[in-house]
Amino acid sequence: MTYRLLMLAMVVSLACPSASAAIGSRIWATGGVSTIEGSAGGGLVPWALLGSYASDQEWGGTLALSRAETDDYSLSVTGAGLNWNNRVELTLARQSLDLDALVFALKDGFDLEQDELNQDIIGAKVRLVGDVLYSPWGQWSAGIQYKRQRDFTVPEAIGARDDSGTDVLLSASKLFFAAVFNRNLLVNGTARATKANQGGLLGFGGDRNNGYEVMAEASVGVFVNRQWLVGAEYRQKPDNLNFASEDDWWDLFVAWVPDRRMAVTVALINLGDIATLDDQQGLYLSLQGSF
Amino acid sequence: MRQYTTPLFTPLFRRALMLIAGFALAGCQGMNTTPAPAIDTDTSTGTSAEPTLYQQLGGRAGLAQIVEDLLYLIVDDERINHQFKGVNVAQFHSHLTDQLCQLSGGPCTYSGRSMRKVHADMAITETQFNALAENLILAMEQNEVGTGAQNRLLKRLIPMHPDIRNL
Repeated sequence: MTYRLLMLAMVVSLACPSASAAIGSRIWATGGVSTIEGSAGGGLVPWALLGSYASDQEWGGTLALSRAETDDYSLSVTGAGLNWNNRVELTLARQSLDLDALVFALKDGFDLEQDELNQDIIGAKVRLVGDVLYSPWGQWSAGIQYKRQRDFTVPEAIGARDDSGTDVLLSASKLFFAAVFNRNLLVNGTARATKANQGGLLGFGGDRNNGYEVMAEASVGVFVNRQWLVGAEYRQKPDNLNFASEDDWWDLFVAWVPDRRMAVTVALINLGDIATLDDQQGLYLSLQGSF
Repeated sequence: MRQYTTPLFTPLFRRALMLIAGFALAGCQGMNTTPAPAIDTDTSTGTSAEPTLYQQLGGRAGLAQIVEDLLYLIVDDERINHQFKGVNVAQFHSHLTDQLCQLSGGPCTYSGRSMRKVHADMAITETQFNALAENLILAMEQNEVGTGAQNRLLKRLIPMHPDIRNL
């Protein structure tokens, strides 16, 4: 139901031919896109950018639908965000992971009947200082993501300690004009203190490690022109569960931002081994509407 | 240093001039000829076959057209057009054209006041700065300036951000 409402709202927001000023004044694509955790960024890595196009005297919002399909899993995400004055971003995301192939392993190994894991994420991000385009030292933001696993039975059975957790993030983003063959280069770095297993979908903390660790995340993109951004992302991950080792994530992405109302992101993702299933590679698609 | 005459204004541009001039309440802003502070100009007209940024922007004539198109966009833009009330449009046009010409490595000298002085009392918001940047990009697109040349010009304009925003 929520899903359908989001779809409807997105279609309306895309169809509404409002003036550019009504959508926000920041330069095209400077809102990033919606990550799988709802915060503005790339696909897997949040950036210091705040979602939508709200500038210092404006409100803005985003709605996003994303889907990742790997060899043995599929992840669906619906997300929404609000931006006040390009200062504060508030986001909501619901993740739904279809366990597909893992269903049998859970049935045989743990006698659990579970075919999906759901997680809600509430995020807040504050732009501390700077602007991604105009400041020599780029834009710096701090954020938190509160995550609650709605189906904790499976994560608990495989060694996770908590059904909820809070990530704390510090991000920097900077656009270098005419940096690569006279194309603009976007560089992002994020440090994340987290206890989340597989982003929280497998719970928080574990039997191998139950403390916070600081993970490094980075992404680099080149604007071919102002509508097309091509790049790569890397996200380091903790390894808290004895049940199965957890790998870092990376992806190669193309984002198309035809105008401020819409962004489409396609990526090749590599999520490594997830819960004993090897080498999860696949495709990621995300649609975002801004208003 | 060559001297340039006032660009030929199209009839439409004249109407835009009249429109903005109609806003003129305070008359021309005081303009003196104090040289602008040193601006990083890339005047390399070396032997390389690659066209200079100035050439990519169409020389001074090309820049004059870009600035003219920019002025049309400003007039239509509710976010910023009120900031241009009382501005002498012909002078604004020639000053900005000279400034972009100089910035892009062309044989011109900006003779207006410093960016910080011009914008000191205007309380330009980030929204307004973004609006002008957007309109400049659109004006360059209208004149078929390539992405690379647009980026190179923007790179040289961005250092003015703190002066224009009075930060």
